[in-house]
Amino acid sequence: MKLKSILVAGAAMAMSATIANAATLDDVKARGELNCIVTTGLVGFAYTDESGKWNGFDVDFCRGVAAAVLGDGMKVKFVPTTGKTRFTALNAGEGDVLYRNTTVTMSRDADLKLTFLGVNYYDGQGFMVSKDLGVTSAKELDGASVCIQTGTTTELNLADYFRATGMSYEPVPIETNEEARTNYLAGRCDVYTTDASGLAASRATFDDPKNHIILPEIISKEPLGPAVRQGDDDWADVNRWVLNAIIEAEEFGITSANVDEMAANPPNPSIARILGVEGNYGEMIGLDNEWAKRVIKAVGNYGEIFDRNIGPNTEIGLERGLNAQWKDGGILYSAPIR
Amino acid sequence: MSAVAESDRPSAGLLSLWYNREARQVIIQIFTIAVVFAALFYLARNAAINLERIGKDLGFAFLLEPSSYDINQTFIEYSSRSSHLRAAVVGVLNTFAVAICGVFLATVVGFVLGVLRLSKNLLMNKMVYCYVEVVRNVPVLLWILLMHGFVVHTLPHPKQAGDIAETFFFSNRGINMPSPTFEPLFWACALVFVAGIVGAVFYKRHAKKVQDETGKILPVLWVSLGLVIGAPVVVFLFTGMPIEWSIPALKGFNFQGGVTVKPELMALTLALALYTSAFIAENVRAGILAVNYGQTEAAHALGLRNNRTLQLVIIPQAMRVIVPPLTSQYLNLTKNSSLAIAIGYMDVTATLGGITLNQTGREMECMLLLMAIYLSISLAISSFMNWYNKRIKLIER
Repeated sequence: MKLKSILVAGAAMAMSATIANAATLDDVKARGELNCIVTTGLVGFAYTDESGKWNGFDVDFCRGVAAAVLGDGMKVKFVPTTGKTRFTALNAGEGDVLYRNTTVTMSRDADLKLTFLGVNYYDGQGFMVSKDLGVTSAKELDGASVCIQTGTTTELNLADYFRATGMSYEPVPIETNEEARTNYLAGRCDVYTTDASGLAASRATFDDPKNHIILPEIISKEPLGPAVRQGDDDWADVNRWVLNAIIEAEEFGITSANVDEMAANPPNPSIARILGVEGNYGEMIGLDNEWAKRVIKAVGNYGEIFDRNIGPNTEIGLERGLNAQWKDGGILYSAPIR
Repeated sequence: MSAVAESDRPSAGLLSLWYNREARQVIIQIFTIAVVFAALFYLARNAAINLERIGKDLGFAFLLEPSSYDINQTFIEYSSRSSHLRAAVVGVLNTFAVAICGVFLATVVGFVLGVLRLSKNLLMNKMVYCYVEVVRNVPVLLWILLMHGFVVHTLPHPKQAGDIAETFFFSNRGINMPSPTFEPLFWACALVFVAGIVGAVFYKRHAKKVQDETGKILPVLWVSLGLVIGAPVVVFLFTGMPIEWSIPALKGFNFQGGVTVKPELMALTLALALYTSAFIAENVRAGILAVNYGQTEAAHALGLRNNRTLQLVIIPQAMRVIVPPLTSQYLNLTKNSSLAIAIGYMDVTATLGGITLNQTGREMECMLLLMAIYLSISLAISSFMNWYNKRIKLIER
């Protein structure tokens, strides 16, 4: 890992003048491929299946961007990173956009020189323990050993939470979700803490998921969202509106199945604008007017992406909760395309 | 001299400099230095420009801000409210812990193996040979991961921890052992211990003098042991054993009380020490073989017994061959300790170069500091070893 960070830092140094201010949109078009930074592997969010194909919630958003820009959702090269290497990788130009369960925070936005584009999953930090311990609340975790991914906001929340509640703990720092799983199952730590969605995803890969519970306390706000390098507003716009289009598509009932039909015969002006029948919104962000139509055709709307990867009918089994549309009691609320 | 002859050649101006052999060498050297510095300058400037372009300025003020993360092994007081600088110091001390334990263990094991490798016993000889070849030909990172996996997966959970006399406990959370608290009278023992060392030094001088004058050999080892260890133990028992022990006990999730050797520290130290010991064993073997057998025969002819021969003739000469490569093994071990990050041991690479770097986004500053730290540690080790080497080297009269 050390070598990798040095290489990344070295790459950042050696980077020629083209990187920071260049038009990433043109680069991606010229390359014919989108470089998307994802996690090294988290079932449901970004992982490779038996055939080596990338799948998952974050992966689908990457494919959506590729569909909008390049016309083909499969033209994505995935750059797997750990919690520690992700920002350096983005700033060094190894990827064009970051979709890696990344919490939007002020210091990352301002100090790490990223531009966040919105939120694609509202999450919060939770704790998972084995049922055998007989623990029912995070308040009973005094003295426990806690597995924690380094380089994450959860690491900082954990320190704050235990300090605020006056409890002691032994942090067991680990690099990747896979390592956490190994250490947790081997009993090196009593507790695994990360975003509640990540806990559910990890638990789904256990041999005995029923013997592990996620404690009721959620100790932080973790709005997860995509980011790009600061300083390329055009590219940020493209990514921001692909995200918004995916969310708004669900609001107006556009799905990958009915998108052609709706484009041919738009039931209302909002849908006409999204699908490029009316106005020239695509051209405003340097694409053509059918951009959003291609996105929805390739990956579907937000609800489809959610249900396919992490929803109640998958083995991860997450409820929509906060991530339901604002009309359905959630806080998912996209700015309008108009 | 040809240089003089060449410069006498009737050629005018700067060109004559080129025909002068010494001047030519100087010109080439100056040119080389200029190229190297230009390259360095180009890289530094490039880095500065690019950092400025993404709006990052170089500064170390972040070191004084609260780190906001916890560390599981700290030799000094530390909490998540302490500064990044303190976290870095905690990391450095953890690096030292691994380096010191590792160097000690590697040296002991390495010397024993090196001597055994020369054993006339075929089985012993071949076993050590196999050990050395297997251990040193597998990357050290794999040894570290293997050791950690071994500790975490095969040792029992704290609730089923193995124990020795209910004071030492072994589990996959580490080794828990009693920690001492010293009562005032204990310092009397410490004082006697120091006095014992001083006494031993004087006795050794006295013994040498007696030997020089009369040829009589005094039992230096036994008297020294008696002074350094025996006397303090007697005082210790006499004062009623003025140490209180905090015995670890299972409370809740983990053992509380006593001291804990974390599995990460154990795995890392063992892996590094075993790996390096294989190299040291070979150095020791080479050092002993480098002393001509004639030396042994000569010593025997003078009437020295086998152990005196080894102690007075062979080892002092072998050390001269062993120490320089030993230095580089110590340096390797210290630098390899940065692989700690693979198993989550919080050394300086993991604190300053890992979490601090990631949470503050100061890649350049953290990497530069980290390089400076490792460089200083390495230079300190090698200057100590050079001093030692100078001390033991052949004094020609």
